[in-house]
Amino acid sequence: MQPNLEPIILSRPGTMIAHKSLKIIVTFTLALALLPFNAFAKADPQAEESKEFNPTDMIMHHIGDSHGWHFFGEGDSSFTLPLPVILFTDNGMVTFMSSEFHHDTEGQYVVEKDGMRFVNYHEDIYKLDAGAESVEFDEEHNVLNASKPWDFSITKNVAAMLLTVVLMLIFFFGLAGHHKKNKKAPAGFNNILETLVLFVRDEIARPQIGEKKYMKFMPFLLTVFFFIWITNLLGLLPGAANVTGNIAVTVSLGLFTLALILINGNRDFWQHTLWMPGIPTFVKPILAVVEVLGLIIKPVALMIRLFANITAGHIIILSLIGLIFILESAGVAGISVPFALFITILELLVAFLQAFIFTMLSALFIGMAVAEHEHH
Amino acid sequence: MELLHVGLAALGAGLAVVGAAIGVGKIGAAAMDAIARQPEASGKIQTAMIIAAALVEGVALFGVVAALLGVLTT
Repeated sequence: MQPNLEPIILSRPGTMIAHKSLKIIVTFTLALALLPFNAFAKADPQAEESKEFNPTDMIMHHIGDSHGWHFFGEGDSSFTLPLPVILFTDNGMVTFMSSEFHHDTEGQYVVEKDGMRFVNYHEDIYKLDAGAESVEFDEEHNVLNASKPWDFSITKNVAAMLLTVVLMLIFFFGLAGHHKKNKKAPAGFNNILETLVLFVRDEIARPQIGEKKYMKFMPFLLTVFFFIWITNLLGLLPGAANVTGNIAVTVSLGLFTLALILINGNRDFWQHTLWMPGIPTFVKPILAVVEVLGLIIKPVALMIRLFANITAGHIIILSLIGLIFILESAGVAGISVPFALFITILELLVAFLQAFIFTMLSALFIGMAVAEHEHH
Repeated sequence: MELLHVGLAALGAGLAVVGAAIGVGKIGAAAMDAIARQPEASGKIQTAMIIAAALVEGVALFGVVAALLGVLTT
């Protein structure tokens, strides 16, 4: 800064503050821009071979399911909520807490229960054969000395889902209880919930399904909408589970929609699917194949959309944070953390949008299945 | 060889995204036009726009998931 400007700046405090903050911003940005390159110059390739950071492993660990709810820390000093492991083996059911594995996911720590020995290898639980000390694989990744029992554990995702269920029960029994007691409009949080319920009814169910039949599908649409939205939002909290970014969860949600279409499809719907009226006979079988394929693709598209959107959001945030460790410079945090924050805020929108689109398209497909056609 | 697989998968994901970007861009532009002509119908237009955009996006995500599977299974 030029020294002769100082008296003028001092005489006008407002200008001075603006000037100062500008100076700070410029300095900060320059420092941030220079830090990573500085770190590159200093990076010593031999110093880091002991502990290599693997971003793919980190991201897969965060978006995947696990047998314990890990919050922070590493190894035995980590803060992990133990969850029950429930296994069905040939000799009956076995249950124990996931903490008995002592945070081992490499198949080394053996848990003995009812004469059977279990290891946790990359969050898959294997039952070791007699005499085996740790799980081994051949080149095609087929397990050699262990078998896989049926795993019905309360995993991190199941626990997060149960949390959503409990939250939804509290929210909506509260709202229903309010309406049983008095006829006045609800206040506070109940008011927000009622607005959303009316949004689902007036913007989604009514226009898509039709005035006559929409009430029958409101329970499903409301449940799906709030379940997806609340799990999406809970999934954005640090340390939370990635429930709607798990393909098994979205497959189940898609199957519910498919089942509703199949059960509620009326005569017209099946006729238009299997034997389309009003077209030449030789085209009808071809069109039937296309229509049946379309019937299956609709829920598949629903399932892929939700899964991919939520997983992609998580991967982007984790990659931005992972950049700090890949480039090994705290200066990168100055750029990647604001970016991650921006993406997180965007994800708040996506969380709502995906719940809305899933419900909207479900309503649209159901509406197509129950629509009354005018006969010509 | 593995690098080639990963590279092809990444290219595929990129191409899927380009397609979706063109699609969503056209939908957005058409919706803007429509809202400018008839601002009172903006609610209905937005709903239709979101549905159409979701359908386009779904196809792109098929591509991205296929690419992801390609990377993860090599």
